[in-house]
Amino acid sequence: MTDAVILAYDPEVPRQIAFFLIAAVMVFSAFRVVTTKNVVHAALYLVLVLAGVAAQFILLGAEFVGVTQVLVYIGAVIVLFLFGIMLTRAELGDDESVATERRGMAALTGVLLFGVMTYAVVDVFDDQTIDRTEASTTGQIGDAIFKEYIIPFEAVSVLLLAALIGAIVIARKD
Amino acid sequence: MTEVYLNQFLILAAVLFSIGVYGVLARRNGVMVLMSIELILNSVNINLVAFSAFRGTLGGEVFALFVIAVAAAEVGVGLALVLLLYRNSKTIDFSEVDAMKG
Amino acid sequence: MMLFAADPLLVGDFGWDTLAIMLGKVVIAFALLMLSVLFMVWFERKVVSDLQNRIGPNRAGPWGLLQTLADGIKLFFKEDLVPNKADRFVFGLAPYLSLIPAFLTFAIVPVGGDFTNNNGVVPMPGGEQTYLQVADPPIGVLLFLAMSSLAVYGIMLAGWSSGSKYPLLGSVRASAQMVSYEAALGLAVVAVLIQSESLSSHDIVAAQQGGIVNWNFFATGVVPFFVFLIAGTAELNRPPFDLVEAEQELVGGFHTEYSSIRFALFFLAEFMNTVTMSAIIVTLFLGGPNGPILIDSLGWFFPTFWFMLKLFVFLFTFVWFRATLPRLRYDQLMDLGWKLLIPISLGWVLFLGAQSIGRDRGWNSIAIVAVTALVFAVAGSLLVAAINTAKADRARALEEDPEGAHGRFT
Repeated sequence: MTDAVILAYDPEVPRQIAFFLIAAVMVFSAFRVVTTKNVVHAALYLVLVLAGVAAQFILLGAEFVGVTQVLVYIGAVIVLFLFGIMLTRAELGDDESVATERRGMAALTGVLLFGVMTYAVVDVFDDQTIDRTEASTTGQIGDAIFKEYIIPFEAVSVLLLAALIGAIVIARKD
Repeated sequence: MTEVYLNQFLILAAVLFSIGVYGVLARRNGVMVLMSIELILNSVNINLVAFSAFRGTLGGEVFALFVIAVAAAEVGVGLALVLLLYRNSKTIDFSEVDAMKG
Repeated sequence: MMLFAADPLLVGDFGWDTLAIMLGKVVIAFALLMLSVLFMVWFERKVVSDLQNRIGPNRAGPWGLLQTLADGIKLFFKEDLVPNKADRFVFGLAPYLSLIPAFLTFAIVPVGGDFTNNNGVVPMPGGEQTYLQVADPPIGVLLFLAMSSLAVYGIMLAGWSSGSKYPLLGSVRASAQMVSYEAALGLAVVAVLIQSESLSSHDIVAAQQGGIVNWNFFATGVVPFFVFLIAGTAELNRPPFDLVEAEQELVGGFHTEYSSIRFALFFLAEFMNTVTMSAIIVTLFLGGPNGPILIDSLGWFFPTFWFMLKLFVFLFTFVWFRATLPRLRYDQLMDLGWKLLIPISLGWVLFLGAQSIGRDRGWNSIAIVAVTALVFAVAGSLLVAAINTAKADRARALEEDPEGAHGRFT
């Protein structure tokens, strides 16, 4: 099997190409999420961002987190969003009340924040590289959750229960 | 040899975070504000997983999972609030909810 | 980072023949799925008409076998209508969103390979070896769950983008139904995962080899299988859970406004999902391609034969459901999902977990069963008491205030 080897290149090259392609899609979709006037379109662009995040997780070797992202975020959270949108204002077309006068200040805040964070990040992690060689397995993550991080895990489960009860109490019709 | 830099993930996360902050500040529609918060939470998740890969430990990944769970809870309660708001005042525009101002 | 390193095809160098085999597998899986859909539509119509004492399609081709092809050609040449109030882009996107997850799920199904003697490895021309499945990612079964949650989007967006009342109602029903039943579906899968201790579909099949008692159907104690079957039927929006497109209430449900090739895509997706779900059930619970190799020289033939046979049994079961069971009311549907299937499958997962720990620690297995039965009895009666109290409260509130919100379900 040495005669026709395709994979004789640097394996990081396709990873980098994938990263920048996905990142471009994510940034564009994130912009559309906060600028589009149609609420359902915003939710769909958010799906693109979340799928991109899941893809980045897989590129980072965190498959389980990536597939959980798809399952929980895309499969449940956005469906919940769409459900909420359909229950409140299901009309098609543009939602005028979404446009706003506070755009200028918000944009300034966003740009400043981005500048500060980028400066800090570049300053500290200038040319550090990620050289993880193998993906983490589901078994390792399970062990970590149920040994090292058992207390936060229990806290999260109590939080979820509280949120469940809270959501029912808030949304109840009485 | 191409290298994968830690910074490329951190800066991507910073971009998403800033866009999310812009969305939270500029939007008045309750559902849109919640969506922008999701953007912020996801940028944090990218950071957590990137650092996890950088340091070769699992802590970041585990906490990313916790963040996903907390985000699900947050959306559940948040959307319940938006629905309640819609039912009581027939609007989900946060800037019109100022009845407490007296 | 080798994501798919589990498949022996990808061990070692990645050459042109490796690529050719991968492409071949993808093309064959695609063709197989399309053919099975063609067959499935005809099969469903024929069996339903047999059960209803009709003749069914019998014009196009022998026994009407080409009926689906004829229908497809007809739909292809019909006018493609887009309603005036529709959101054009989403309206066009929705059919594909419901079709793609059906394809992707099939990628993790092992359709053959001798698990008894050879651990499912099949030799290929050119000295390569491979599994007979398109991909074997380490997160295998989670991919199935993720794809089944993606399938909601096609239906939901189709309903919303039509800009019309009935499709919207249909899609709201669909999203609530699919999200509800996904929980039961996931818990049934967890039972399988506890048994086989792996997420990869190949490992799950391999763990079930060695006779019928090792099949997860028995090994997980039958309950998860039935939960999965019911939840899977609900997930597919097939009768008796087809409230999404209840003709008497919602015209055609989410695809009322669809016509021509876009409608055909929804139709295709629906039947493809049925085939894929049957294949997943076979993989998870009935040992996939496992079965006796009757003639040694035909070792490549029998596993695929057994897989197809089991698949066929489930395809028939789904058609049988359609022909015999009356549709549930919406509140009955929700009650079944939340008050019966989820508690049962959750309890069963805990029981299997306790058994698994008990095996490691050497606990008395009779004690485990006794404690489980006790816990089930207590938890079950608490649940029933809670449901009855809530029901009585609602009834009282309705009596006091017949116009109030309590009596109506939203």
